[in-house]
Amino acid sequence: MGRMRQAKAEAGAAIAAAVSAAFCLVSFTACAQEVRSKALDPGFSPGSVFVEKDGETLFARICQGCHMVDARGATGAGTYPSLAGNSNLQTGAYAVAVVVNGQRGMPPFGSEMSNDQIVAVVNYVRTHFGNRYMDAVTVEDVRAARR
Amino acid sequence: MQSEDGIVTRRDLLSLIGALSGSAAMYQAMTSLGLAADSGYKGPIKLDGDPKGASVLILGAGLAGMTAALELRKAGYKVRILEFNDRPGGRNWTLRRGDTYTELGGHMQTCEFEEGLYFNPGPWRIPYHHRGLLDYCKRLGVALEPFIQLNHNAFLHSSDAFGGVPQRIRDIKTDFQGQVSELLAKVVQQDKLDEAVSKQDREMLLSALRSWGALDANYAYKANLISGNFRGYAKGPGGGLDAKPVPGEPINLSDIVKSRLWRHLQNFAAYRFQSTMFQPVGGMDMIGKAFAREVGDLIDYEKKVTAIKQNDGGVTVTYVDLKAPATPQLAKADWCICTIPLSILSQIPTDVGSRMKAAIDAVSYTSSVKVGLQFKRRFWEEDEAIYGGITYTDLPIGQIAYPNSGYNTARKGILLGAYVIDNPVAYELTSMLPSERVALAVELGSRIHPQYRHEYENGISVAWHRVPFTLGCAGYWTDQTRAEHYDNLCQIDGRIVLAGEHASYIPAWQEGAILSSLDAVARLHDRVVKQ
Repeated sequence: MGRMRQAKAEAGAAIAAAVSAAFCLVSFTACAQEVRSKALDPGFSPGSVFVEKDGETLFARICQGCHMVDARGATGAGTYPSLAGNSNLQTGAYAVAVVVNGQRGMPPFGSEMSNDQIVAVVNYVRTHFGNRYMDAVTVEDVRAARR
Repeated sequence: MQSEDGIVTRRDLLSLIGALSGSAAMYQAMTSLGLAADSGYKGPIKLDGDPKGASVLILGAGLAGMTAALELRKAGYKVRILEFNDRPGGRNWTLRRGDTYTELGGHMQTCEFEEGLYFNPGPWRIPYHHRGLLDYCKRLGVALEPFIQLNHNAFLHSSDAFGGVPQRIRDIKTDFQGQVSELLAKVVQQDKLDEAVSKQDREMLLSALRSWGALDANYAYKANLISGNFRGYAKGPGGGLDAKPVPGEPINLSDIVKSRLWRHLQNFAAYRFQSTMFQPVGGMDMIGKAFAREVGDLIDYEKKVTAIKQNDGGVTVTYVDLKAPATPQLAKADWCICTIPLSILSQIPTDVGSRMKAAIDAVSYTSSVKVGLQFKRRFWEEDEAIYGGITYTDLPIGQIAYPNSGYNTARKGILLGAYVIDNPVAYELTSMLPSERVALAVELGSRIHPQYRHEYENGISVAWHRVPFTLGCAGYWTDQTRAEHYDNLCQIDGRIVLAGEHASYIPAWQEGAILSSLDAVARLHDRVVKQ
């Protein structure tokens, strides 16, 4: 199960190659030179803003940290809410506002993501993980949420 | 330099106070003027007055909670602590051989370090001016040793600069300082600073630049034994024949500026990182364990708080035992000190006024990731003469920190193989599997230390947004949220007061937790004895 989850998480992400290469390195030092010749870090954001562009990658590289690979969240002393089949996502502007301004423990991403990135990730989440909200949010929604 | 007539400088004032009143008064004045200021710790807290059997329920057995428990019990209160974890300390935490850690998402790691080696996933260094924490270490018998923040022989590294070859901190720091001094000396000599520098000061400033920047008699920074005295040598002074030192060639200022390696120099200049810094001998959790020796009997472990209610008669906290979560239980007390991180408290139904509730909801939590790596041998010492300290890099690992103990031995060693905080990379690493983070730290670290390839043995990683007991690294405040919410967060609300690093101006530092706790305890006690 772990492998499947992992595979899903990595699908399409630039990091996939990097990580499997890194595993290869650790396990078999023979392939070290080959690994070094590949660009490993372009997938990471070098500065203060995120470089990921499409919704799937944005989710897999950022949101997944807390909301997990299946978007079902997790619970410890507190809870990261599940985004899967989440009726709060029905109102696109609400989802946009939470991403832009944060909510409780959730950090605001308005400064680290562009309008296009926020549109991409919100539309991705609202049409995946059992969500079928087809009224796509727009850059205008993001502008409205930026206070 | 004389101050201008009619203007009393701070220094003049202090001389005057010192002459009139003696040095004790001068020290007092210096402190109030902010010159000898530290974190604001005023010495062991004195809680005079009888609490008349009042009870306090403390939520959280981190440093804030245990500080409150220790002081309140001593003052005569009945104290009990509810703690989510099965150990004391909270973020004061050390991982050693055999420890297991399961992050949110369910991935479990087992620490495979050699016996005696360790990794601090959370706090790892103590500034000398964190006097509250240092005082508790002294009172509780926690042995300290120096933490090396600046090691001139560690590296600054940029993937794009100097062909990706790491540069010694000493070279960047000295060559930058030297060439900036040379530039400034030129400007001064050309009398271009007449308005800023008086004629009398001109010669002294030139002497200062020559001394500070390792310039020669012509105010030039060059490859010679003067600069070598600062930056080291291509071939160091030896003994016997062929012992003459050979100076190294300075790195061109333009290359340093373009490399952006200078931006790491602030890590050695900032007040919070200045010498002397400390670490507890044997791991940061020695502090949490020392507190627990005092108040461990008061701690109820593996209890998850689910609701906090209060009325005129007292506080009632609902919690579940993690081993039997089906049956909620109640804990009652006259007062409550809540140290639960706001990332979690904001989700717990809590009977406080709307202003405190808004404050609790206003603080998001910083993202941060650390990776600890064990190596077969201490190659950084044996091959590169790096004894403790930190290498900074623009790679997604952020830094590599070398152990500040066990120097010059044939033992294995643990490197902090990655430490990122409050940047996009922290989220990107959090989103990976623990084993992926470790593998990545090994791969990227090998670009700085190629020895990684042969010497790496095992590793463990902690991404703070996936830590079940905090859901984040530390409270993130902005100037705006401070202005709007900070005071409301710290007020006593009926019978409840909050404490922790999030209720301080030293967020993410243990001193913030302790000072906030002492302040909450003092105000609470004042209210109790005046009732």
